[in-house]
Formats: sequence, C-alpha cells, structure tokens
Amino acid sequence: MIELDALSVSFRGGRAAGDVHAVRDVSLRIAAGESYGIVGESGSGKSTVLRALSGLNRNWRGVMKIDGVPQLPVRPRAFHKSVQMVFQDPYGSLHPRHTVHRILAEPAAIHKLDGIDRRVERVLQSVGLPAAFRYRFPHQLSGGQRQRVAIARALILEPRVLLLDEPTSALDVSVQAEILNLLTALRAELNLTYLLVSHNLAVVAHMCDRIAVMQSGKFIEEMPVAQLRAGHSVEPYTTELLRAAQGYAPTTMEAVT
Amino acid sequence: MNPYDMSARNLLEVDDLRVRFHTPQGVVNAVRGIGFTVGREKVGIVGESGSGKTLTGRSVLRILPHHAEMTAARLRFDGIDLLRASSQAMQRVRGRRISMVMQDPKFSLNPTMTAGRQIAETAILHEKLSKSIARDKVLSMLESVRIRDPRRVFDAYPHELSGGMGQRVMIAMMLITEPDLLIADEPTSALDVAVQNQVLEIIDELVSRRHMGLLFISHDLNLVGSFCDRVLVMYGGQIVETLAGGRLQQASHPYTRGLLAAMPRVDRPSAVLPVLRRDPAWLSLQRPDAGAR
Repeated sequence: MIELDALSVSFRGGRAAGDVHAVRDVSLRIAAGESYGIVGESGSGKSTVLRALSGLNRNWRGVMKIDGVPQLPVRPRAFHKSVQMVFQDPYGSLHPRHTVHRILAEPAAIHKLDGIDRRVERVLQSVGLPAAFRYRFPHQLSGGQRQRVAIARALILEPRVLLLDEPTSALDVSVQAEILNLLTALRAELNLTYLLVSHNLAVVAHMCDRIAVMQSGKFIEEMPVAQLRAGHSVEPYTTELLRAAQGYAPTTMEAVT
Repeated sequence: MNPYDMSARNLLEVDDLRVRFHTPQGVVNAVRGIGFTVGREKVGIVGESGSGKTLTGRSVLRILPHHAEMTAARLRFDGIDLLRASSQAMQRVRGRRISMVMQDPKFSLNPTMTAGRQIAETAILHEKLSKSIARDKVLSMLESVRIRDPRRVFDAYPHELSGGMGQRVMIAMMLITEPDLLIADEPTSALDVAVQNQVLEIIDELVSRRHMGLLFISHDLNLVGSFCDRVLVMYGGQIVETLAGGRLQQASHPYTRGLLAAMPRVDRPSAVLPVLRRDPAWLSLQRPDAGAR
C-alpha cells in the first residue's frame, strides 16, 4: 500500500548552519491493511516522514508509491481522498470558530461528495460521538472528544490509509486507551492501513504489527512487534527506549557537554 | 542548622487543604480537603489533568492564580505557618527554603539572559553574594548537575541549549540556594526519554546527598512509582490512595487500578485496552482527616 525507497528530506539551514538532513535514506513497505509504527524521539525525523508522505512537505527526494502509483511532490485531489492524516494536538488542529458539522463537512464538500448531512451523521456515530455534537464548537469538547472529531474528519472521505502523528500524546492515559481502542476497531471495520508515529514505544507496540526505530533521520532497526516484545532487539538505542518505557532506572552516567 | 536534627520531623505538613475558584457558573472546588506530609524523602503526587496536583504544589509556595481561594487547617513548613506568613516572609521562603522546578525550560528561563547570570541572580538575591563569588558558585553548581563544560554553558543563552541542558540549568538555579524542599512539577515531561532518565538521576542524587525533601508532581504513574518513596494518587481534587514507591501493583483503589490497566505495555500485549470506568462515588467527600499519613 505504501512504498518508500531512499526517502530523504532536507531543510535549508541558516547562513552558517548549512542544510539540515531531517530524513536520510528511509525505505519501507507497508501492505494493505497493515499497521506500521515508527518510534523515535523529538527531532528524529519521524513526523517529517509523515509530512512528506501526506504531501505537506514537497521538498523530498526518493521514490514514493501509494497503492503502486508513483507520487510527485504535488498531489492530485484524489490522493487526499485516499490518504488522510490525524495530528497530535486536538487543541490546535480544529478550527476554533467552526462547528463540528462545518469541520467535518468541509473536506466532503471539497471532494464534491453527495449526501454530506448523512455522511457527517454516520462518521460521528462511527467515532462514538452523539449526533447532537455536530452543533458544538471545539472549545465545548474535551481533549478526547476533539481527537474523535479529528479522526472523524479524516474518515469522512473514506480513505484507505491513515497517517497518525502522535494521536494520543496530548491526552490523559485513560482517554488514550479509549482513542487507541477506537483506532483498533476502525482499522478492523474499514480495513484501513495505518502508519503511526510516536515517541511512546508501548503505544506503537500496542497498535502495530511491525515497527521501525528512528534516530537522527535514519531507520536504525525494523522488526515485527513480537520480536520486540521477546526482547530480541539488536540496537542499544532500542534497548534504552525499552528500558525507559518501564519508568525510572538509575544507571552510572556520564556528564554531557 | 544541622539537617540531621530534623530528619525525623516533617518538613511540610498539609491538612485539609482546599482550593476554590469562583466563576460566573458557580464555585469550582479544584482541591478538596487533602492532607499529607513530606519529610526528607521523595514524595510523588500523581494524577490526570484537572486532578489538582499542580494547584497543590503551588499552594505550598502561595503562587496560585490571584482569583483562586485557598484555605487549610494547617500548612506549615519547618515551623513556619505558611497560611499566616507575610508576603516578605514568603519571599524569604520561596527560592531559598523551597524551590520549584517547572515543566518546560523553554518557557521558564529568561531568553534575554545568559544561563549563568540567571542562576547567579538567585544566589545574589538570596545570599547577598558578590558577583565573583556567585560566579564560582554557579560554575560548581553547573558541574554538580553534570554539565561537562560549565564555562560554555554559563555564557550561553537559553536558545543555545538543548531541552535536557535547559532543564539542568533550571535545576542548578533552583538548588543553588540549598533549599530544604524542592517542588518539581512535571520536570521531565518536555524531555526525551533518554534525557529524562539522566535528569531524574541528577535530582535523585542531589536530593539524597543534600538530605532534602522532594515533592514530585507528574501524570506518569510508572515514572513516579519507580522514582519516589511514597506516591499520593489524586483524583478530582482528593487523595484517593497513598502507595509505597515500587508497589504500584498493590494499588487497591479502582481509579489507580484502572489507570494502570489502561496503559499499553510492551511486555503485556492485549487486543483491547481496559477503559477506565469513572465511578461518581470516587468524588464523594471522604472524612476530612482521611488523607495520607
């Protein structure tokens, strides 16, 4: 469903800094219906991969195929109907002065879909929100409800691929569980392909079949989640992430500069 | 003052602490009658957003938003009645006796001052040190938060430092006056996991070496459970449970158990995560003295 070959993304640096190579030679293959995760820390380039895939960042090199079709930096409208993205911050990604109805109806209108009212109703139901919520504004919703609206906005176009950028890291643990369960159920029901990016190894392991560990713009390790759970990771960095997921563990450590 | 004389005593005593907000829609009770003590130990407060954990920490320093109303049956720090202390007396407590590390160094360091000058300012203000003595003290403090090149960091502006370095500078600033109690509100939440562990280690080492008390506020149950000696679990402005550090799995309150179950775990695969069912009975007020001891 998603193929990347030697994807590289660089940003123009300042006068002295030179270019920043955010993503270096990343290749991956994700089958239709698969859930694939990228784990890494801030600045590792994981979100940049998603932004290049979604067409938000046009400044990339390499080969990108969606459903076998090679992609150019500028995407046709049909692309966005089949590939949608959910962002990290449900407080920042919804227009504060638009009602839920308008937020959901807008992508459907752009894509000239018919029966918008019915679609809005149906998509609200599938993300577990009452129909009356369509008349609310984002500030009248909790964080978890906002993220449900953001997922509904992605789903209203009936896409085949969801790009999920830290979809629960702004939420409390109890709300996170609800949203992760919703995403799991939706994938099974609609046969979606997921590419999920997170700094939280436990979340990625829970949601995905295969994971890649990313550091300084590169994939340093890729493996099935079962292998990770069995403790068969090779890279020390992956081991460190695994250990950090368990909580605080004192070590003998070095000073930093 | 010999710190060992006080080791058996409580540094901080809180009883029936309440914080209310008066809004046009009515009174919002954000902290609802909690009690706890902190000795020279690491005490954690854990809870989700809106549980009242941050307001609890801020109540101790009396740095609440001005429209908040705070009352308590007792709020004492080392013999000082914080409820009745004058604002000058509070000024002598804040920074010198009790310090606070905030969540994000990006927003709590002054971007127009070098790191060294900001740290020195605290020492000069509270201890009336000369500039050159303050400078030496700052450099040794930077060394003790394990910064390898203190001179470079001294002259660096906050934007020239990484998140982990910024947080070390903040910790250095908070500890240079050698306070007795450190309040750390999500001190590592803005940091990457690898750096997070290092910063915690620094806090751990400094707190035990200086024989300080620590009030560690966080939403991260695993982190607090593995780091602190004692954990207070807050829900809806109340302490619902007190646990010994490292004994999270023995939690008995359904809220704590629900939170633990709702977290995905690498070593425990599950198809569906158990969702927390909130029981309205958790919010019913307990006996006023039923807090943690």
